[in-house]
Amino acid sequence: MKNNVSLHTMTRIAVFIILSFAIYLLLAGHNNPGGGFIGALMTASAVVLLYISFDLKTIKNVLEFYFPYFIGTGLIIAIGTGISSMIFGYPFLTQFFTHAHLPILGDVELTTALVFDIGVYIVVVGVTLLIITTIAEDDV
Amino acid sequence: MLLSLLHIAIIAPFLFALVIPFFYKKIPSIHTGWFVLILPTVIFIYLLTFIPTISRGETVTQLLPWVPSLGINFDIHLDGLALLFSLLISGIGVLVILYSIYYLDKNKESLHNFYFYLMMFMGAMLGVVLSGNLMVLYVFWELTSLSSALLIGYWYDREKSRYGSLKSMLVTVSGGFSMLAGFSLLYVITGTFTITEIIAQVDTVAASGLFIPTMILVLLGAFTKSAQFPFHIWLPDAMEAPTPVSAYLHSATMVKAGIYLVARLSPVFSGSSEWFWIVSGFGLFTLLWGSFNAVRQTDLKSILAYSTISQLGMIMSMLGLGSAAAFYGYEAGYTAATVAAVFHLINHSTFKGSLFMVAGIVDHETGTRDIRKLGGLMTFMPITFTISIIGAFSMAGIYPFNGFLSKEMFLESMVEATHITSLNMASLGFIFPLVAWIASVFTFIYSMILVFKTFTGNYQPEKLDKKPHEAPIGMLIPPIILVGLVVIFGFFPNILAHSIIEPAVQSIYPYGLTGVEHFDVHISPWHGFTPALFMTVSIVAVGVLMYLTLTKWQKIYTFLRLHQKDPVNYIYDGIVKRVVPVAKRVTKVPETGLLRDYLAYMYIFLIVAVVFTLYHFGGFAIETANVAEIPIYVWVIVAVIAAAALLIPFLKNRVTAIIATSFVGFLVALLFVMFRAPDLALTQLLVETVTTALFLLCFYHLPELRNEKSKPTFKWTNVIISIGVGVLVTTMALSSLALKSKKGFESIANYFLENAHDFAGGDNVVNVILVDFRGMDTMFEILVLGIAALGIVALIKLKLNGKEDINEK
Repeated sequence: MKNNVSLHTMTRIAVFIILSFAIYLLLAGHNNPGGGFIGALMTASAVVLLYISFDLKTIKNVLEFYFPYFIGTGLIIAIGTGISSMIFGYPFLTQFFTHAHLPILGDVELTTALVFDIGVYIVVVGVTLLIITTIAEDDV
Repeated sequence: MLLSLLHIAIIAPFLFALVIPFFYKKIPSIHTGWFVLILPTVIFIYLLTFIPTISRGETVTQLLPWVPSLGINFDIHLDGLALLFSLLISGIGVLVILYSIYYLDKNKESLHNFYFYLMMFMGAMLGVVLSGNLMVLYVFWELTSLSSALLIGYWYDREKSRYGSLKSMLVTVSGGFSMLAGFSLLYVITGTFTITEIIAQVDTVAASGLFIPTMILVLLGAFTKSAQFPFHIWLPDAMEAPTPVSAYLHSATMVKAGIYLVARLSPVFSGSSEWFWIVSGFGLFTLLWGSFNAVRQTDLKSILAYSTISQLGMIMSMLGLGSAAAFYGYEAGYTAATVAAVFHLINHSTFKGSLFMVAGIVDHETGTRDIRKLGGLMTFMPITFTISIIGAFSMAGIYPFNGFLSKEMFLESMVEATHITSLNMASLGFIFPLVAWIASVFTFIYSMILVFKTFTGNYQPEKLDKKPHEAPIGMLIPPIILVGLVVIFGFFPNILAHSIIEPAVQSIYPYGLTGVEHFDVHISPWHGFTPALFMTVSIVAVGVLMYLTLTKWQKIYTFLRLHQKDPVNYIYDGIVKRVVPVAKRVTKVPETGLLRDYLAYMYIFLIVAVVFTLYHFGGFAIETANVAEIPIYVWVIVAVIAAAALLIPFLKNRVTAIIATSFVGFLVALLFVMFRAPDLALTQLLVETVTTALFLLCFYHLPELRNEKSKPTFKWTNVIISIGVGVLVTTMALSSLALKSKKGFESIANYFLENAHDFAGGDNVVNVILVDFRGMDTMFEILVLGIAALGIVALIKLKLNGKEDINEK
């Protein structure tokens, strides 16, 4: 691919904005538009942007992730939150929430649903990027 | 409510199975078996602590609701019968794993597979015997069939292993299915899956018109699992499994699951003559058939397999006979058969387990199990020889081993059976002791063959691959422990009587007792000059005579055409040979391998199912009144979406088609924005972005979009299907709106809106539904996503050409 300076410069800046927004979506999901699934797709689209503007090899060297692990990790987190409620004698996947006062952040709502959502996030990021990179790498 | 330790005892083997591959991969220097050994030891010791409680006649019940709305609960019911079986499972499990450490080479064998399946089996088998709920029992039951088939096929590069694995799977799983049908009928009759509640409604069951079909369906499950004639054919082929597996699953535990089921459900069915005759009849015939066929076998493990079949038949017949007690009161004369059944079940596990281990040692040290090649091994393997003498003599029913005691009790109860006056026993009762006597003679003969053809006679070094020598000590310890038990139980049978046998018998006869009394079991070797004693003496005498003249009368098997394979196998092979090609042809009709066909099936099914439901329940409704005004810009967007969608099929260029599809998607996102659904809009936008990127990537790999010259009818069906789906979805949306006002259906939306904040602590209702109210759906969705992604990787990376089937070594 031709070296497209302006695209590269734009991408470098845009990716970080997109990624921060993705994390915001993930964490804000419980009370505002967003959530694990949307956040994950946003993250994936940021990485896809990287793949498109640079090339697959370059990005692979930068992000040395093995995406199948993402799927496993995310599923374990999601199922783990479900099972942990069973250990305390509640039905599978019962979610809990509480409010806590943290320094700097002030009143923060802590939910087990967020942990579950992070599991969803990791799985969806893994799935999307795994599919895209697998198809992209494949040269018939 | 918390998980009880008993629940954990069932689940632990499954969880432990998951980490076994790590032990195998990360710590290859230590045999994986040593790690596996820990768990069954702990479970065994834990279960031993229940003996005092259970022997007082109490039961331990732990409830855990699973699907309470369907009556399916993961309840644990630990009584005498369950304790007996779970001790056998964990105890023999420990010995078998110890044995397997020396039997399976850590450098050559795929131990992670082996121990994974073995742990899966152990958890499942504990689940079968500890479940107090029939549905949970069924689930674990099928898991034992599955793990058994996997273990039989452990050396899957061998044709015979695969054949045996498939056969065991087909036979036991089809039996399992019929058992499931039987359980469902029991639910129809009694309205519960809980075993104790079903037993409490025994009169309702007996009065039901479904009694006989229910009983037969349940018995089919038990008979296939416990290898009763004519379903016994899978067991000899199961001997392709590694010997530790044969010792564990196919003699000591899994094949006794059928016995367990019959014993467990005896209180429900035993009040009928059908039960009496079917259970004892099949048992007796299996006893005879197994022992008669064992004599013609030349492979050590085949002899043991037919011997196991015969012994299982014997236990089954005793359970059948013991059911007569339900008619005549619970006096010693009738309950003796059941006591003998329970006692023999324990004894069989000890002597048969040790004999299987001996067969494994012989195989391991000489390279063959063929008795025609073996002989004279006594001097090379004195310890193994001693073990096999004790095991075989116990099996033959010779004093002073435990087999003698239970065999004696068996013969006694068979003689006793002739005194039963009803159930047609006055005319047919003589069959019981007669069959028992004949079968015992053959049992004696094959027990002798097993020992003396292997260890005495001429040593034939030229026929052996290896120079025989004594087995390593680790392989000898487990069978020594087992034969130690054979001797101990032989001299002191009453250590079992009060602790295990009494409570087990009590579980089989829950109505036999009133109040505080309990079955008093006392086992003694000497009863005076009873008919049973004369029978034993004559069995030994005739047995010795026939063993010595074996070559003279062995031709009878050739004459009866039994010398090649069991005649029932012709039926099985015939069925498989005819059914498999038909199944293949039937499967090929819908499975064209074309994605568009599969999509068409799904959409056609969707249309038919939904249209039928809507029509059947009068669900079609359209309401035009009270509809909000549609602004002009919405009309414009909808018109553009429709136009773009209509354009797609006519586009010749693939890139244009992709862009047009994305265009439709983005416009739909715009609609979501207008209807103030930010979550949906965001999701739609992102999905469109990512899929467009994905489509463009795939595009590189696709051939030019050809102008396919497909038949016009084909295209027309596609047109009809796509219009049908569109119309259907629109109608459904309109109907759901109309039904809300017309029939007063309350929308569930209000529930979520009202409760999201209070119940789940979230203000974004969409997200709360996803992660909390419908969290289970989301969990399965991500699971499906994960599987789909791995499937895509497999499709693209592996590039199989369909010829990778395992080849013979």
